[in-house]
Amino acid sequence: MTTISPSRWLPFEKPLQEIEEQIKLLEDYTATHGIDRSEKITELRARHATLSQQIFSNLSPWDKTLMARHPNRPYTLDFVKIIFDDFIELHGDRRFGDDPAIVAGVARLDGQTVMVIGHQKGRDVKERQFRNFGSARPEGYRKAMRVMELAERRGAPVISFVDTPAAEARLEAEERGISESIAASMALMSRLRTPICVVIIGEGGSGGAIGIAVGDHIAMLEHSIYSVISPEGCAAILDTFGRDGSRGHEAAQALKLTAQDNLRLGIIDEVISEPIGGAHRNPQGTAELIKRFILATLPRLQALPIEDLLERRYAKFRKIGQFNP
Amino acid sequence: MPDSVHPRPPRGNKPTKEHMADIPAGLWQKCPKCSALLYVKELERNLRVCHNCHHHFRLSPDERIALLTDEGSFTELDAGMSSRNPLDFPDYEQKLATDRQKTGREEAFLYGDATLDGIPIVFGLADFDFRGASMGSVYGEKAARALERGAELGRPVIFVTASGGARMQEGVISLMQMAKTAAACGRLKAAGQLYLVIMTDNTTAGVLASFASLGDIIITEPGALIGFAGPRVIEQNLKVKLPPGTHTAEFQLAHGMVDMVVNRRELRGVVGRLLGYLAPAEPEADGDVLAAAAQGEHGL
Repeated sequence: MTTISPSRWLPFEKPLQEIEEQIKLLEDYTATHGIDRSEKITELRARHATLSQQIFSNLSPWDKTLMARHPNRPYTLDFVKIIFDDFIELHGDRRFGDDPAIVAGVARLDGQTVMVIGHQKGRDVKERQFRNFGSARPEGYRKAMRVMELAERRGAPVISFVDTPAAEARLEAEERGISESIAASMALMSRLRTPICVVIIGEGGSGGAIGIAVGDHIAMLEHSIYSVISPEGCAAILDTFGRDGSRGHEAAQALKLTAQDNLRLGIIDEVISEPIGGAHRNPQGTAELIKRFILATLPRLQALPIEDLLERRYAKFRKIGQFNP
Repeated sequence: MPDSVHPRPPRGNKPTKEHMADIPAGLWQKCPKCSALLYVKELERNLRVCHNCHHHFRLSPDERIALLTDEGSFTELDAGMSSRNPLDFPDYEQKLATDRQKTGREEAFLYGDATLDGIPIVFGLADFDFRGASMGSVYGEKAARALERGAELGRPVIFVTASGGARMQEGVISLMQMAKTAAACGRLKAAGQLYLVIMTDNTTAGVLASFASLGDIIITEPGALIGFAGPRVIEQNLKVKLPPGTHTAEFQLAHGMVDMVVNRRELRGVVGRLLGYLAPAEPEADGDVLAAAAQGEHGL
């Protein structure tokens, strides 16, 4: 179990925090005073389990947003290490530079070669800056495209991990064509002649996310989000929320951004459950569930003739939209 | 952040209803850029380009159709297609109703068949007055249908884009329109057809980061705001100060993102020449040419 530093408890985890602190006290007491409090500890553990079950199956859209952004949440490379037998990272877009906010490479999965692309966030202050908080620049999308084209030529399926607050919007990104890079990447993915499997593992933030999220089968982790804009951004823009960025919790509700909402809306195909308490409490268990999902999905996609697969992929996105004719 | 920008008074140099309010009786209009007082009838004759500073005012869809298609050739398709409220988003239906009233249109994007210099095309364009031409289900669906129609009928597609971004109120469904339209561009290209984009003020965010940037040739109008996130959004959200002149047509030209910046008075000519050179009508589809050839008038 990952250690959770006290400052990283989310507001709705407060009751769990209290129980865990009590357990810790009792354990310490047992150790220092030699008095056995194991009965009480067992009781507390049982309560913790019941309460966890209750809390994590009733998270609000805003709670889920906080879960998706949890600083201890496993990121792409954490999952890659556990899921794949080998991973060789590739760098650079061959045009301008290498974007650390998107990683890409060759991996082995149960005896077959796959290509992996994914957003990458950083864990500590230094790495967060290096990874640009997971906000990719044009070079990131172009690197992903280069690797996907290689996947197509070598007949390897593509696995894409999505976890970004948004694409980089600063001037440097604008100068190098952030819009064009996202557009071109989506266009490429929509016609790539190899299966593409997408997993949204944390934040599916807007154009930055969809830029590498066009595929044949799309899944979201149970406590991840997928949205056209961040809840805070939405609240800050719309008069519906008084153009008040602090009303993000209301916008989160309105945007229907949870995995469960996205499944209901027909945007994604599947929700992958997270272990109780969320991915950050059990990265290994979460990775295993993702691996199981990939292993179940790939053979089904690979069994389809490529033209059928492409038609299916086109139709999948083509049909999204609700209107009166 | 290809995020929709809700329509509100733009950054000072663009005309808005509020700006125009203090000018009497609609006879005169003040240029928001150079403050010259312009006689409206003359401004209209000049394709809404300021005589003094060449500021390009926004055109209405009707004016745009008149400018870029043969007179009377445009037949709108799916004009009645209208938005729902798939997320039950608060205030959305009321906002749609207001803009329907304001524009007399069901939605922000329209498309149809037309000819330009006699060449059949599929023509699509946006109405910035409808929800800031933000892209929701209808916008995306119509753009995709236009591109597919070009592929199926073997016609070039010409789009005049404008958009504040994705439509917030349709949430992730709006986001998916980016993937849908980008894929449809692929269909048109696979069919070998020409895809010409004219980016007008302002073309941003979700539309810029999808089908608009995929044009074979991209033309822009002078001074048009073109960028992934608008400069105001960047300055506010990222707490940075931008140098002047970023996120404009000229900036995008300098950075290799568009092919040219064309003054509106030359636009029709440039588009007509490109279309004529790259996508001339098939001779068998052109009755006049065949008839003329039969009579030997062309000396073929």
